[in-house]
Order: sequence, then structure tokens, then C-alpha cells
Amino acid sequence: MATGTFAESGADLELVGITKRFPGFTAIENLDLYIPAGSFFALLGPSGCGKTTTLRLVAGLEDPTEGKILVGGKDVTNTKPYQRPVNTVFQSYALFPHMTVLENVAFGLHRRGIKDAVAKAHEALLLVELDHVSNRKPQQLSGGQQQRVALARAIVNRPALLLLDEPLGALDLKLRRQMQLELKAIQTEVGLTFLHVTHDQEEAMTMADTVAVMNKGHIEQMGAPQELYEMPRTAFVASFLGQSNLFTGEVSAGPADSLSLEIGGNRIVVPRSRAARHTGKVTLGVRPEKLTLHTEAPAHDATRNVLNGGTVKDVSSSGVSTQYIVSFPNVGDIVVFAQNMVFGPVVHEGASVSVSWNIERGFGLEDHPEEAGKFVPDDSTASIAVAQRKALFAELEGA
Amino acid sequence: MAFAAFASSAQAVDAAPRKSSKVALVLLAPGLAYLALFFLTPLIALILTSLQAPALYGDMGEFVYAFRWENYVSVVNEYGDTFLRSFGYALIATVAALLVSYPIAYFIGVWARKWPVVQAVALILVIAPFFISFLLRTLAWKQIFSDDSWTMETLKALSILGPDAHFTGTPFAVIFGLTYNFIPFMTLPIYTTLERLDTRYLEASGDLYARPSTTFFKVTLPLSMPGIVSGTLLTFIPASGDYINASGDFLGGPGTQMVGNAIQSNFLVILQYPAAAALSIMLMAVILVIVAIYVKRSGTEDLI
Ligand SMILES: Nc1ncnc2c1ncn2[C@@H]1O[C@H](COP(=O)(O)OP(=O)(O)OP(=O)(O)O)[C@@H](O)[C@H]1O
Ligand SMILES: [Mg+2]
Repeated sequence: MATGTFAESGADLELVGITKRFPGFTAIENLDLYIPAGSFFALLGPSGCGKTTTLRLVAGLEDPTEGKILVGGKDVTNTKPYQRPVNTVFQSYALFPHMTVLENVAFGLHRRGIKDAVAKAHEALLLVELDHVSNRKPQQLSGGQQQRVALARAIVNRPALLLLDEPLGALDLKLRRQMQLELKAIQTEVGLTFLHVTHDQEEAMTMADTVAVMNKGHIEQMGAPQELYEMPRTAFVASFLGQSNLFTGEVSAGPADSLSLEIGGNRIVVPRSRAARHTGKVTLGVRPEKLTLHTEAPAHDATRNVLNGGTVKDVSSSGVSTQYIVSFPNVGDIVVFAQNMVFGPVVHEGASVSVSWNIERGFGLEDHPEEAGKFVPDDSTASIAVAQRKALFAELEGA
Repeated sequence: MAFAAFASSAQAVDAAPRKSSKVALVLLAPGLAYLALFFLTPLIALILTSLQAPALYGDMGEFVYAFRWENYVSVVNEYGDTFLRSFGYALIATVAALLVSYPIAYFIGVWARKWPVVQAVALILVIAPFFISFLLRTLAWKQIFSDDSWTMETLKALSILGPDAHFTGTPFAVIFGLTYNFIPFMTLPIYTTLERLDTRYLEASGDLYARPSTTFFKVTLPLSMPGIVSGTLLTFIPASGDYINASGDFLGGPGTQMVGNAIQSNFLVILQYPAAAALSIMLMAVILVIVAIYVKRSGTEDLI
């Protein structure tokens, strides 16, 4: 790898048929991935799905069982970590305990013989607002400070490809926002390639050019953040990125350009172009914030799907919006998000309501419904809070 | 105190509890009594002996209490070379033991992590020599390398050694013996630090463009300093006072006398108790100074 100078621009990354097996466990299964040079790529997925393993393979800390890794068009599969133009912000930080913060940050610069290493290290520490602790040892810092040192230690090298393993997870919201802006600025300024692993879907959606959702060692779906959100292809993506209401049913005859489903006596329609499968049993979905609540059954409108006869089961407010859970006979529970505005229907638990949405807002999944469970985990903090509250009430009632 | 470095775990200990509790005193009492009885008493006795003067018209080996500090001057004059030789041998043996032990400790503590059985077997092999007496093992080497032994004959026949080469009685043999005998004392503390070495630091170093050799000198070695310091102290201190390896009955000869041998002959052969005591006190003092400087320099105090 070139010494004495920084990378002039980002390098693209290509994974070809990567499989990684640990004894008795396949962590990555036949993964193909292309990340163009200079892009900000976010890898999103539940705990244990293989994100860190993917980064370790790219960094050269783990050898793939099968497949090839190319960085900047060069096959690096058989090269050692120190030979790859790649730096990592480790999930566990891995700051050297016997060196000061400054020595930690300057370590990579010294190894590559870069001029003014100490000055550059100070600059990087200023960027993460930690220059005042540069003479401390890592164990004398708080968790969030250590994480920022880890970030500075990697970023100071301006690598052609930077791997970030949940680099902002330990920071409070304000600091996290600020670091996000700085990361984005560095990335665009030099045109570096970032591969960013995160649990925070909002972070992935706001920062990345491309988001990939990973599950059980393979990539479920990949694309621009908005596209992923608007048109999730699988039930996993639909519920991992935000929340979704899903309906499963047999496709029945209908107009040529749309797909209609009979669900609990209601007809739900979605344009053919927004559905991945067009025959047999399919699952349709719609995002909770696309739904409108009505206190009276709305007038018939061909451009909207309507569900009548629902009962509000739960109302919980999260500040900017209110979450309603509406229960429909033969359909199940539907989640509705409504912005908290001064007007509009405000309903209470037990009210009977209708729900409608524009047919252009729905989407059809590729999954076979038998494979994907209808009840999908949702781990946004808001819904965890709601679930906790419900559990608490249930307990109080039972007592 | 310098001896804190013996704790290879060298963990940052919490600041001493402020409140002095009676319970702590009661618990400490037996230990303190033991130290006073078995460490302080002999030490004072030794100091007093070292200052004794020969009894007037007394027999050989008869001395009276005095304040004869000239004893120290005379042993320095007489045994100055022996002191230098002792510390020289001990230093070379310590370095040699470190060079042999570090790779062994690294192998057991880092390399063999995935195979606990290999680790256990290797550890047993390191400790196994302790099951045989130190004297017997040293004697065995003497026999293996005595002038008319099969080994020496073969080496001479193959012209690896000159026709009248010796092994026993040479400084090389003494240093060899010291190194051999103290290898387990060096290996075990280094092993305990390396065994707890977090390999993620090594990965991070590689990720930051450090070659394996740089990673070793910049990361692995500094992180294993606590073990190296305790291992070298556990080797250097007893080696500089050792009198078995250098003795003529074992691997040494007339030209390889170490302080231990001088103390032994003064005490047991020529019955110069004050001289022997003065030598012991000086040996102890010099070792303490060397160790203090060493521990200070190696900066192990603030290693995690
Ligand atoms: N050395 C290993 N040996 C065996 N299994 C491993 C090893 N390393 C990782 N795994 C397994 O591989 C899977 C993926 O691990 P990985 O660390 O990539 O998860 P992750 O997506 O980064 O999760 P998280 O978000 O919790 O960090 C996990 O099930 C893990 O148990
Ligand atoms: Mg991880």
C-alpha cells in the first residue's frame, strides 16, 4: 500500500460470492455486494446477522471460506490487513491501552510515514472535540469519548475505504447528529467510500446513498433509502425499516393494472407496478403514517382503500405523533400514525373508526406468506415503549 | 515498593480504603507478626553479624559484637570482581531466559488458545522440571557435558568443538545452567500476561498499517511488560545470588565464582561470619537498587 500520502479518492468495494463459515455456523451465505467509489453505504440489520463479520472480511481480519474481495478493482482476498487501504472503527473501539489518546490517533499516520503526524492527529481530535484529553489514556475516558477517539483514529488516515462498525452508538442524540454531519462532510470532501454499519435506521436513512438491509447472513434488499422505505420487497425489510401493516390474502380478479385482495370482507388494491408477485397468495403492506383515520365511513373513492368497522384499542402519543392501534374483525390490528396537529379527528379508546389510504401508497411483497410471519418484530424505541406500557396495564388489570 | 512488580497481574488496585477498620488490623496481625519474626529478626541478626570483630585471642570463627564497618571495605576489595561477575552472569542468563521463554509463553498463551489441551500439555512441560530436584538436574547437565562424556566426545569427533574444549568449569556452562534453571520462572509470569492479551488490539494495529513485526514491538511487547518485569526479576534476583551452578561441584570452576559461592565459603569453610554477612547484606542492597531502578525505568506502574 502506498505510504507517505493520503488516498486521493475513494475506492470501490466488490464482494463476489462471499461465504464465511465458522465451525458449525454459517455467518455469511454467498454474499454479492458492489459499493461504488465515493459512496456512503449503510448496512443495517438485527444483532447477529453478520454485519461485523462482513466488515472483518473486508478489513482482512477474517478469511472468507469462499469468494473474492476486490478493493479499487484489485483482488485483496489474500492480502494481510496492513496491506489493505482500509481502516476500521471497531465496534469494541480496541484503543491501545498503553498509549495516550494522541498516540492512538497518530499510530496509523506514523506507520505510513506521513508528515506532521502529530499535528494531523490533533486536528482529528479537534474534529471529535477531544483535543483537550489528548494526553490521557483511553481508560480515563467515558465510553462515548472512547468511541470518538476510535473514530478519529480511523478517519485521520483518510483511507480509500472506511469501515464503520456502529461508530456513533454510544453518543447522545445531539453529539450523534453533529458527528453524522462531520462524517458526511469528510466523506464528500475527499470522496471517500464509507461502509457504515448501524442499528439506527434513521441514521442509515439520512446519511447513506445506498442502504442494504441484512438478515441472517444475506442481503434482503438494497437501494436508495427512500426506495427501500416506499417499496420494501420482503416482510423483514418492511418491518425492520420502520413499521408496516401487512395483509395476506389470495389475489382475486380485478382491473388489469392493479392487484386486489379480499381480506376480511374488505377489498384492498395495490397497483401492479408496486407489487413484486402477481399471483396466488400474496402479502400487501402499507406504512402506518400513510393511513387516515375517519370517525365516519368515508364516501367511496376508487383511488383509496378503505377498512370499515374498526375499534380503537390503544392510543399513545410520542410527542410529534400519535399512534393508534385499531382492531378490525377478521383483519387484525392495524397501526396508524397521525401527526399531532391542532385539527383533525381526535379519537379515544373504544371509538369506532374507519381507516383509508391511497392505493398508490401500498406495496406488494415478494415473500411467500407462509415463510414470513405476519407478526414481525419491531424494535423502534417508540413501539418498545408502547409495548411496555401495554404490558404494564395488563399487569395492573390482572392484579 | 519494588516488589509490587512481582504481581504479574499488576492490576490497578483501588486506592487504599480510607477508613482504618479494626477488622483489617486483626486480619493483618498474623501476617505482620510472621514478617517481624521470620524476616526482620534474621535481617537484624545479619546486620549485627556483619559488623562483628574477631574476638581478642579468640579461636578461629569466634567473634564479638562491634561496629566494624571496615568489614564492608575489605569484602569490597576482596570480592569486587566476584560481584561484577555475579551480576554479569545473572544479567546474561536473564536475557537468555527471556529470549527462550517469550516465544514459549507466546505459543502457550496466544497461539494455542484455540486448543486448551495443547495449552495444558505445554504448561505441564514447562513446570515438569520442578518435579525433579534442582541439584539433580544441574548434576545431570554436568554429566552430560563432562570432559569424557559421550556428548563431548561426539562433538569433538565431528570437529564442532576443538580437541581440548571444555564445557564444565567455563562461564558459558554456568550461564547455561542459570538460564536453564530459571526458564520456568520467566515463562510462567509472561504466560499469564500473554494469556490475557486481547488480540483485538493486534487486529487494530494491523488495520492501522502495522506489519506483524511492528505490531509485536509497539503493541504486544508493551502490553506484556508486567509479565516480562516479574519474570526478569524472578530470574535475575535468585540468579545473582545463586551458588549451585557456579560451584565447582556442579557446572562451575575456580574462575567462575559468584557471590553466592563466596558467601558459602566464608560461612561454611573459612568461618568468616562477618565477611559472609557483609557480602549478603551488600548483595541484597545492590539487588534492591538495581530492581528499583529497573522497575522505575520499565514504567510498569501505570500499565493496566
Ligand atoms: N469467531 C466466531 N466463531 C463463531 N461464530 C461467530 C464468530 N464470530 C461471529 N460469529 C457468529 O456470526 C454471527 C454474526 O456475527 P456478527 O458479529 O457479524 O454480528 P453483527 O451483525 O455484527 O451483530 P451486532 O449488531 O450484534 O454487532 C453471530 O451469530 C455470531 O455468533
Ligand atoms: Mg457487530
